[in-house]
Amino acid sequence: MWPLLTDAAWVVSIAIFAWLIWDFIRVNMRYSESVLLSSREGVDELFAETGQQEPR
Amino acid sequence: MDNEAATTIAGQPASAVPAHVGLLKVLGPVHVWALGVGIVLVGEFMGWNYGVGKGGAFGALISCFVIGILYTCVAMIDSEITSTVAAAGGQYAQAKHTIGPLMAFNVGLYMVLTYTMLNASDIQVAGQLVQIAAGNQNVTIPWQPYTILCLALLTLLNYRGVLATLSVNFVITALAFLSILVLFIGVKPWAPHEILLHSQLLTALPYGWLGVLASFHFGIWYYLGIEGTCQAAEEVRSPGRALPLGTMTGMITLLIAAAITWYVVCGLLPWEYVGWDDELAPLYDAARVTGSSTLTVILFIGTLFSAIASANGCINDAARAWFSMGRDRYLPSWFGAVHPKYRTPFRSILFLTPIAAIFALYIPLAEVITFSILSGLLNYTFMPINMWKFRRKWPVGSIRRGFEHPFHPIPAAVLMTLCIATFFAIYLGYGRQLLSMMLFYIVASIWFAFYRYRYVRRGDQFSMPWPRPQGY
Repeated sequence: MWPLLTDAAWVVSIAIFAWLIWDFIRVNMRYSESVLLSSREGVDELFAETGQQEPR
Repeated sequence: MDNEAATTIAGQPASAVPAHVGLLKVLGPVHVWALGVGIVLVGEFMGWNYGVGKGGAFGALISCFVIGILYTCVAMIDSEITSTVAAAGGQYAQAKHTIGPLMAFNVGLYMVLTYTMLNASDIQVAGQLVQIAAGNQNVTIPWQPYTILCLALLTLLNYRGVLATLSVNFVITALAFLSILVLFIGVKPWAPHEILLHSQLLTALPYGWLGVLASFHFGIWYYLGIEGTCQAAEEVRSPGRALPLGTMTGMITLLIAAAITWYVVCGLLPWEYVGWDDELAPLYDAARVTGSSTLTVILFIGTLFSAIASANGCINDAARAWFSMGRDRYLPSWFGAVHPKYRTPFRSILFLTPIAAIFALYIPLAEVITFSILSGLLNYTFMPINMWKFRRKWPVGSIRRGFEHPFHPIPAAVLMTLCIATFFAIYLGYGRQLLSMMLFYIVASIWFAFYRYRYVRRGDQFSMPWPRPQGY
């Protein structure tokens, strides 16, 4: 059983990495950099909710 | 920018594309707990025991409590600043706001190396545990396929979303913690001489107080990584509540687990065996010594789960730190991308995966984990400076904090003192690695200051809506 499990571990690992690379390429081709890089550092919700603080 | 972004995707209507693709705010205090405790709990199952070899059983207990104080200070400071600086990157984002770019760059690197090296150690251990399981059935198998399988599964989980990642981490971390409790009950602590043999096994300090000091290095294993809760700052629904709650309950969980671990292991095994260099999993061995096959199986599963949970949390945290540095152009901005569907820092996750695999497959465990501990300790040394600066620039009352830690500046002063003592302890056993690591960070700093910094958008660094700091 163990030799079979060991082979299965390699096969499943390769399949997972293949899917990850496929999705990675697909996303990079489908979306522009301006979309993929559009994340902005989070604004603290403590302040967003209350609006008590003055922006710097 | 919004409209421009929305129309750049071929074949899709503008309305179908999000204007800004950011990390999802879906986490609660339970996930923060799962992230922090998940990364750390493996240190109860292995690693801490090398401190017994340096300072004896009592030396390791003193180390457990002293380093516990160090980490309590870390948790208090982190809870205050991170609940206010609610951004991915944790201490990196804090350093950017309170000190400056060079410090932030270094802190970011500390974190990436801490978590990537810890991830490599965890998956190596997970693979070797499977090999041990096969060995118990007299079958010899390689550990590498299981190490790679573990890395592949956890990378996939992290790639596809933070909520599922940390929900899984909660379950396996809770089960691993439960296995420690089951062992504690199984050894009947209410009948001290029946199974536990503290009166025969505990000895005086074998190498005196210098041995106790040397054991501080390994006391870090009990708690290494709890500061990783900060990396979830941008993805929690309520940073002001979830981060302090998750971090402090996580720290309490670890203090309980560390105390139980020491009590059970040092009551079942002689200190010379516990502190032996080749002793991989003392809790598992303690379960075997009881003679109960049920406890042995439970502790084996607990050990395996703790290693997997730690690797899972480390992938999450290392990727967030790398992503944040990319987003701020401290590294190529390419790394600052977020997956439009899964809302994860997918490029950073995949970039760090082969690095973890190489270290796991080719570098011995002790060396990999030492790199992780050294980087973590450098990060803790930054924290008191960070706290002093934070309170001086924005005193209590000048901005709204999610949590205000009591007794300032005592925790910061205690933390700095204990960090210096621990550096000395590491120097006693791993002076060469310590100096090599310092040299690496000096070279990286020179590269950043004289080359990379020109790409950083200085005006974008300060993202929190706070008033101008005092004195500026």
